[in-house]
Amino acid sequence: MVIAVALILIVIGSVWFHFWSPWWLTPLSSNWSLMDDTLMITFVVTGFVFVVVNLFMAYALIRFRYRADRRAAYEPENKKLELWLTGLTTVGIVIMLAPGLIVLADFVHVPEGASVVEAVGKQWQWKFRFPGKDGILGNTKPRFISNQNPFGLNPDDPNAQDDVLISNSELHLPVDLPIQVLLRSYDVLHDFYVPHFRVKMDAVPGIISSLWFTPTKIGRFDLACAEYCGIGHHTMRGAVFVEDEGSFQNWLNNQPTFAQTIAKQTIGSENSQVRQGRLLAEAKGCLGCHSVDGSPGAGPSWKGLLGKTETLTDGTTVVVDENYIKTSILNPNASVIKGYSPIMPAYQLTDDELNAFIAFTASLSATNNTADNLVSKGKQLAEQQGCLGCHSLDGNASAGPTWKGLFGKTETLADNTTIIADEAYLKEAILNPNATIVAGFAPIMPPYTFSDEELNALIAYTKTIQ
Amino acid sequence: MAHVPYQEALPLHEPKSFWTRYVWSQDHKVIAIQYTLTAVAVGLVALVMSWLMRLQIGFPGSFSFIDPSTYYQLVTMHGMIMVIYLLTAIFLGGFGNFLIPLMVGARDMVFPFVNMLSYWAYLLSVLVLMASFFVPGGPTGAGWTLYPPQAILPGTPGSDSGIVLMLVSLILFIVAATMGGLNYVTTVIQARTYGMTMMRLPLSVWGIFMATILALLAFPALFVGGVMMLFDRLLGSSFFMPAVVSMGKMLDYQGGSPVLFQHIFWFFGHPEVYIVALPAFGIVSDIISTHARKNIFGYRIMVWAIVSIGVLSFIVWAHHMYVSGMNPYFGFFFAITTLIIAVPTAIKVYNWVLTLWQGNIHMTVPMLFAVAFVSTFTIGGITGLFLGNVVIDLPLSDTYFVVAHFHMVMGVSPILVVFGGIYHWFPKITGRMLNDTLGQIHFWLTFLGTYAIYFPMHYLGFIGMPRRYYAYEGYQFIPESAQDLNVFITISALMVGAAQFIFLYNLAWSAFKGKPAGSNPWNATTLEWQTPDTPPSHGNWGDRLPIVYRWAYDYSVPGAEKDFIPQNQPPAGENPGGAATT
Repeated sequence: MVIAVALILIVIGSVWFHFWSPWWLTPLSSNWSLMDDTLMITFVVTGFVFVVVNLFMAYALIRFRYRADRRAAYEPENKKLELWLTGLTTVGIVIMLAPGLIVLADFVHVPEGASVVEAVGKQWQWKFRFPGKDGILGNTKPRFISNQNPFGLNPDDPNAQDDVLISNSELHLPVDLPIQVLLRSYDVLHDFYVPHFRVKMDAVPGIISSLWFTPTKIGRFDLACAEYCGIGHHTMRGAVFVEDEGSFQNWLNNQPTFAQTIAKQTIGSENSQVRQGRLLAEAKGCLGCHSVDGSPGAGPSWKGLLGKTETLTDGTTVVVDENYIKTSILNPNASVIKGYSPIMPAYQLTDDELNAFIAFTASLSATNNTADNLVSKGKQLAEQQGCLGCHSLDGNASAGPTWKGLFGKTETLADNTTIIADEAYLKEAILNPNATIVAGFAPIMPPYTFSDEELNALIAYTKTIQ
Repeated sequence: MAHVPYQEALPLHEPKSFWTRYVWSQDHKVIAIQYTLTAVAVGLVALVMSWLMRLQIGFPGSFSFIDPSTYYQLVTMHGMIMVIYLLTAIFLGGFGNFLIPLMVGARDMVFPFVNMLSYWAYLLSVLVLMASFFVPGGPTGAGWTLYPPQAILPGTPGSDSGIVLMLVSLILFIVAATMGGLNYVTTVIQARTYGMTMMRLPLSVWGIFMATILALLAFPALFVGGVMMLFDRLLGSSFFMPAVVSMGKMLDYQGGSPVLFQHIFWFFGHPEVYIVALPAFGIVSDIISTHARKNIFGYRIMVWAIVSIGVLSFIVWAHHMYVSGMNPYFGFFFAITTLIIAVPTAIKVYNWVLTLWQGNIHMTVPMLFAVAFVSTFTIGGITGLFLGNVVIDLPLSDTYFVVAHFHMVMGVSPILVVFGGIYHWFPKITGRMLNDTLGQIHFWLTFLGTYAIYFPMHYLGFIGMPRRYYAYEGYQFIPESAQDLNVFITISALMVGAAQFIFLYNLAWSAFKGKPAGSNPWNATTLEWQTPDTPPSHGNWGDRLPIVYRWAYDYSVPGAEKDFIPQNQPPAGENPGGAATT
């Protein structure tokens, strides 16, 4: 009896909650109104079934409650009734499924003339690429991915040169034009999801997936990652700005092309000794373990190595000079830099070769440390390494502390001590992030291996964000 | 049934010592209790984890020990434990072990020694799983679906040791489930007593039987998937790993397919839903029929529904993958098969409700749980019609709508049946009744509490709130009021969790102090209530196996003296069972 009343109250409560609830579909801002319609058809059909089943059950429980003087009916089956119920259910299913399949046919056929943009997911940040003037996206390979080439574009592909690259998780799109988004991932599964547009699709490393929509309203819309991608999943925010055609073109024209981002980074031309050293390093396979761009590997990066002070595994420190490099090549495991394993084979090189080699590493350490350069290099690093996925520039809280006004600020750490965010703290926080976490933030930042020069550049950049 | 005369002729080897009787036991009833207690113990761990994760969602940042790593480990282990180590184990290893031999009239499982090994392999898998809490880096936080590449790469908690132990534990579990499963299937086919035709089996046996067949066919997929991922993780193979740049480092993998893992996983994962659901369907049918004093409505169509759901469950798996980046044309096929499976499922719901019609309904505690199941399963089933339809899944996939759906359909509903089943069969297991008042309190808190948790949660999904988020700040499309709803849900979850301790207390207290039950307290027809001893002794039936004369649902037969006729009662003169039993 009580359970029958409970079932009736549940039905009344559910219907009341549905109409009273302030929580409903996020307002639609794309062409997919048919998806909402299909959902509503299903909602009405299934809502009807929910109400009928529960009320029927409540009625039966009251009417046929136990009475000592009554006996239940004996009715093993009723073919006619079962046939009717099967038929009605089938009709209900068809009513829900048919419109679904029709709309699905729309979704799998990308309209002709849809413009293409690529979204690239990496932990925990979005990047975007437009095909540029030629209308063709250049091809990409994971092995091309580096600090200088974060999209992994093939540098020799002519179609790649004019591709427009957006590194800051903010995508601009023109209103009322169909857009096909091609999805790619560097590392793990991600999912491109804009609640206002309804559609979502996983970005899968190794394949290119896609979805399409036509934005119909001007405004800013949240972009979220909808496929679990590790501890920073919830911070993988982005935004889509839908604009009129004019503003969109204006914005697009101000974004760098691939050729421009590469040109900025090339430092002069190399002389013949440097060139010999580079060819040698390539031929001997050195670059398999030693990067030339500061990215980590099995061995220390050569970028900025010459002249640097390093700690060895035995705790002594050494200044990396010509002598040290020569010894390290001829007898590598005698003095291994801390944090690396003694796995390098010894190489027998002639003096000429050794000198060419040192010239090459020296060229990688040659820097031009004017303040402006440092700041722009820091900015570039912050974008490419995904720092801005977790650290905002506008003062908003995110997965990590905002960089706005960070330099020089007094912060309370998780262990309640206070520190001043000076150069030493910031360096430590980048190299060994979870040792000194600012109170209120989770220890989720992966440690980054940067050269001193890169650290200086990053810090110079944070100083400018006040 | 060739096995039956042989089995009857076998001398009964009564175990002599405490150790062979209660620990290294080969008696299906003891193994059933071992399975159930282990599953409940590990389920308690998962329950506490759900509390902690809900505390983080309801009161983000208030509990400093729940950082993102911990949160994702809680989510992962809660899901994995509940689905595999609690629900699968308790339905097959617990209910299957206890009910099959008793309901088909056998002395024991056909292979008692293998049955014992099955439990110990299961216990080992649980211990390996628990060990992952104590290794450096902790248990895996990859989500219960363990999708690569993320499951084995840095950036995911437990990617160094936790994931390895997780996979090893799953492999052990599958070994256990296979040894148990071969036993259950063989026993149902070979060891049914005289007169027990397949179409006289109680629906509980049908549900467990079909679920076991699904388990035997589906778990091998997870097994190979687990082994392949172990190879990827430990030996550097690339089954599921394409070339990736992880944390700025190019890894040595190339050419593998993450989507392949999802196909393998869900080829197991979807039948897994029915491995849990089919035993629940069967058990709830028997509870409703017994306590409504009326035969189950449409027995034959109920059997065919179980069989066809089982078969169809193998061709719907990719409805979990509409947004996975697989070929979008697959969506047409899988949407159609998925919605077709709703037809036999809906028929089952109608037949449960129609069994109540013109019954004489005793609102006992097991019956309360059964009725609650029909209500929650209806919600879980109809929300499946949203997600099975590709274009509705596109907005709702990976949101709280999905969380609400699968908790309703394969969390809350089967658990309500587990409770109903325990309240129903506890008198046979221990010879004592569970306390009725505590049972009522447990029921109302659990039933109303789970509605309070999951009904509003669907609406968070309509907003589009993504699941598996540690926190939601910085998303403008989520209204602030959504947080109020999350607080409400968290408080409900704490309450429902606490209510389970009332149940545990009831179990412990009633096992020793409960009212003596007698051999057939519910006046039920099926064979397990007709044993010479309660609790049934070793070998179940004394010298002679029971002989079955009728189907399992002769309740309120017109003209009969009582309102039930046990399956082993011979017909007086003519067969009172009617056409359905011959």
